[in-house]
Formats: sequence, C-alpha cells, structure tokens
Amino acid sequence: MFACLHGAGNLTALALEFSPTVEQTAADTVALDVSGLDRLFGLPQDIAAAIARRAAETGLSCHIALAANPDAAICAARGFARARLGSSVIPQGDEAKFLAPLPLTLLAPTPELLETLACWGIRRFQDLAALPPLGIAERLGPEGLRLRELARGEATRKLLPIPDPPRFEEEIELEYPIDLLEPLAFLLARLVNGLTTRLATRGLATDELRLRLKLENRGTHQRTLRLPVPSRDAKAFLKLLELDLATHPPAAPIVHVWFGVNPRKPQAAQAGLYVPTAPEPVGLELTLARIKAIVGEDRAGSPRLLDTHRPGAFRMEPPALPVPAIAAAHAPRLALRLFRPPRPARVSLAGGHPGFVAAQSIRGKVIDLAGPWRTSGDWWTADSWSRDEWDIALSDGILYRLYCSPAGWFVEGSYD
Amino acid sequence: MSAAALAQFASPDWQSRPEPILLPSGIPGIQLPRGGLTEIYGPASSGRTSLLVSILAEATARQEICALVDAEDAFDPAFAAQAGVALERLVWVRSAHNAEHALKATDLLIQGGGFGVVALDLGDTPPPTARRISLTSWFRLRRAVEHTPTVLIALALQPNAKTCASLLVECRRETTAWSGNLRGRLLRHIAVRATSTERSKVCLPAFMAQAI
Repeated sequence: MFACLHGAGNLTALALEFSPTVEQTAADTVALDVSGLDRLFGLPQDIAAAIARRAAETGLSCHIALAANPDAAICAARGFARARLGSSVIPQGDEAKFLAPLPLTLLAPTPELLETLACWGIRRFQDLAALPPLGIAERLGPEGLRLRELARGEATRKLLPIPDPPRFEEEIELEYPIDLLEPLAFLLARLVNGLTTRLATRGLATDELRLRLKLENRGTHQRTLRLPVPSRDAKAFLKLLELDLATHPPAAPIVHVWFGVNPRKPQAAQAGLYVPTAPEPVGLELTLARIKAIVGEDRAGSPRLLDTHRPGAFRMEPPALPVPAIAAAHAPRLALRLFRPPRPARVSLAGGHPGFVAAQSIRGKVIDLAGPWRTSGDWWTADSWSRDEWDIALSDGILYRLYCSPAGWFVEGSYD
Repeated sequence: MSAAALAQFASPDWQSRPEPILLPSGIPGIQLPRGGLTEIYGPASSGRTSLLVSILAEATARQEICALVDAEDAFDPAFAAQAGVALERLVWVRSAHNAEHALKATDLLIQGGGFGVVALDLGDTPPPTARRISLTSWFRLRRAVEHTPTVLIALALQPNAKTCASLLVECRRETTAWSGNLRGRLLRHIAVRATSTERSKVCLPAFMAQAI
C-alpha cells in the first residue's frame, strides 16, 4: 500500500513521520510506502485519517490518496486535489474505475502525444484505458503503452526514497547512575571516539558538540559547545566536554548519555608565507575553556564594543579567527586604567571645581584639572545615565579621571 | 675548510646565544625580543599602559593575535580601540584581582602557542603581592616562551622577574601638558622617558602619549 500527499508546505517531514521510505516525486508531491501501518492504525481509511489529522496539526493543507501502487496514488492525489479535499482511498483492483474521470494531462505526456490523442478524441483516463494495447504499441510505441498502464492504475514500480541523511549521534543507557565526572569521561571518550571515527571515514568534521544527559531525578542536562572552525580532534572535544561539565555539573546522577555532533565539511585553508602564526582555533578554544575554568565563564574572550556612548559598554565574545584585514597602527595614546567598580570619592569643591579628592587608596589636593565634560545617554529608557567628567592631577603625582553622577562622586580610573 | 674559517667558528661569538628577533613597539628605540620576557615598570601615570597599548596596537596591526591577562581588571577596551588595538585580534583575560589566576592564565596562553604578544598586566597589583610571585614562576614562564615567536610582557609597579627578564623598560613621566584656560582646558599629552636596559646596553627613548 502506498500513499501520496499533494499540497503545499513541508510534506517530506510529514511523510517521514509515517514511513522511512519517502519519495519526493515533485515539489508539491510526496509518495510514501505505508505498508505495515495497518497494524498501527487499522484500515486504509484510518491511515489516511491519521495522516490528515497530523497534517492539520502541523498546519499543512494537502490531499492524501492511498492506492495499491504509487503511480495510482500519485494520480489520485493530484487529480482529486481540487475536486475534493481530504483523502481518497482506492480499493485494490478498482484503480481503473476510480481514476477513470481524470484528465490525461495529469500523466504529463509529450505535447505531440497529447495532440495525437486529442485528435483521436481521447481526453480522459477511461478513454485511454479502453484502447487495445496492441494497437497502442503499433501507433504510439512504448510511451503510449506506459501511459495506458498508468491510466488503468496498473503500473508497478519501486519508490525512489530520499537518501537518509547520516546521523552522527550516539547514546548509552546506563545500568546504574553515575555521579562522578571521571567515570562519565570514560563513557564520553567512547562516544566521542566513535563519532569522530565516523566523521573521518566520511571526510567530515564538526563545529558543534551536543551533549544530553538524562538524570536520575527525571531531569535533563543539556550542553551545546560551538567550535570556531570544523574539526574532528577527539582529544580536544573530550577535554572541552570535561571542562564544560566541571564548570556546569549536572544536578543529579546520570542515567542516560546522548552525544551528537553537527557534520560539516572540514575547513581547508593554506596560510600565507608571510602571514604571522596564529593560535590553532580548536587549541585556542581549549585554552580559553581551561582559563574560564579558573577565572570564570564570562571573563575570557575578545572584547566587542557596544553601539552606545555609555562608558564601559562592551561584551565578551569568542575570538574571531581567522581575523579580518590589516588595521593601521596609531601614534601612542594616553591610556586609561579603569577601577572596576569605580571608587566612590569624597570631593571638596573650590570655586565650583574639585579642590580635594579622597577615595580608597587615593587622597590629595587637585593641582590641575580640565573639565567638566558633560555626557548623558539612554534618557529615553529607564536605564539612563549622565555624568560630568574631570581630568585631574592630584598632589600624589597621579592623573585621574573623576566624575560626578546622580549617584555621587567617583574616581573612574587613572591615566597611565 | 681553511684555518681562517675554522678560526672564525672558534671565536667567542660562535658560542654566544644568537640575537633574538625583535618586535617593534610602535615607539622608536624600543624593540622587544621575541621568545623573551620584557618587564615594563614604573609608578602610576608614568605611561606604562600607554606603552603596552602601543605595543598591542602595533602587533595587532601586523595581524598577530595578542593576549592580555589583566590581573586588576583595569583594561579599557574602548580606549584601546581608539589607540589602534584591533580588538578582534585580542584575547582578554580578566582575572578579577587575583594574581595567582593571572599567572596560571598566562602560563596556559603561552603553552597554547601561536600568540604574537602575551602581556601580563600587574600594573595596579600592590608590590608586596607582586613580589610574592616566586622567581621559579617567572623562570617557568621564561622557559615556556623561549624558542617561540611570542613576546612575553609583564607590566608592574616595580621589576619582579629579576634575571628572568630579557629586557627591562622603566617608564617615567617627565611632563604633563595641559592647554587652554580654565573653561576650555584640556589634558593634551604626557611626555614619557623610557629607560630600556638590555644586555648591559642602556637607551633612553622618549615618547609622547597623546590624550584621546
């Protein structure tokens, strides 16, 4: 028994929910083998109803036809799509009778053949089905015979199934729960090595590692690690997973381990002879993971400035390798060393300007100053900011940046 | 081989270490040895950080990947970007006022390899804390960076690495230039005298760090 879905939307995904053997006949037509589904759903009408119900749930509008052979199902799905919505079930042996009223154009004959048949007054399936096969063979050749078989619903062929995309996933159901990372590392090594070997045999690599752990408390612990470039370095993968699990340990003992990777073509690039060496991307990822385990998750990476004038607005991102084109170096600029967080200060004013400043480890008379420089922003949001800034030279010989905000006086940093 | 050629090989220079490849710092007169430890030191507001940022700008402009281990979380990426540092080529590690973590991160970065410059910024770390870093740790860092194209820089208030440093650069602010009257006054620049000591050779390059 075969089914055919004719309509719009992702019909292939719908068909794959019911059968592993799915043929993408055309952009709007999908044929599938539904043999054996009677054990699940019962009669062919029930199978059609189940597919129609699932299509409605996923928001697809399609006509469903079931027949003993794929071509009859395809003709019925296409032919009755406009006439009646829902499903058509063709009983076995009644194909010719069922398909009889359909127009011959559905069979997509060549224009010459269609013209010849039209001259003979043959426009529907039933007209062609009634013609003798010997006469058709003599006048129209094998193509004519094929059309007659299709019109009678007698054509038999095998589906050309969509090749199943290789899935790079492995899982282990554990006999007893694991609550330590060390035994888990052994299992992960098995999964990682197996998958990287499979990737290597197909000449692929991966840029994403996905780990899903089912826990004893019925919870799930999921981690996804993205790599800067596709790789199949099993040792690096294993170390990255270990470091990530050490930083984000599961909440309960583990009873099931699932590991999957995202197959990608490996990156092949030849470095230029005069291009300076750069850290190997996966190695750098591993180094950063090790450093993050020491200093904290969001405290290592490349700074990216945010599109705002708010002081100190940046976010940390993974380093972008390979790097873009060359930038021009500048003349030396006076750098500011920030105090994070800014140090609250007590300021005595003299003539409307700071005259004496005292803060943590800072105390002195203002010898020279420039300012105030008024800045503000985000006043249209609840998180607005405004400040008056001074550059000051204190009697301790150090140049500071001082600012006054609605929250008070602060020393932001020192020029160095 | 002639006797003259053999005599040339037998000269004292034959056994001495080869001259290191030097990395320009962006400031005439200061070049940093690759595969060696350079210490930049001086009091606050002496221009040490300006020199370091200049080195990072120069290195990133040559497409090198640099790393900055910031022990006191004092680095300002916005200032660095304006000073010419290509931030996408900079790995910044913020060790949150923990010198030990900073040292470990530096070690990991050097072992990882491939960096043009690895800088350890202990610029605001109190000298007693910085002095607690053992000479063995500095020696380990120096050994790790040897025979690599990486320049290891340590920035501090005082020199700490002693004999492990290949180059010492002491920064001293000479003048501070302000301009304008009180209402439109600006901090223009500071003039810095950098005293560089390498293999008993002393040079005194000076540079001006312009305010942004």
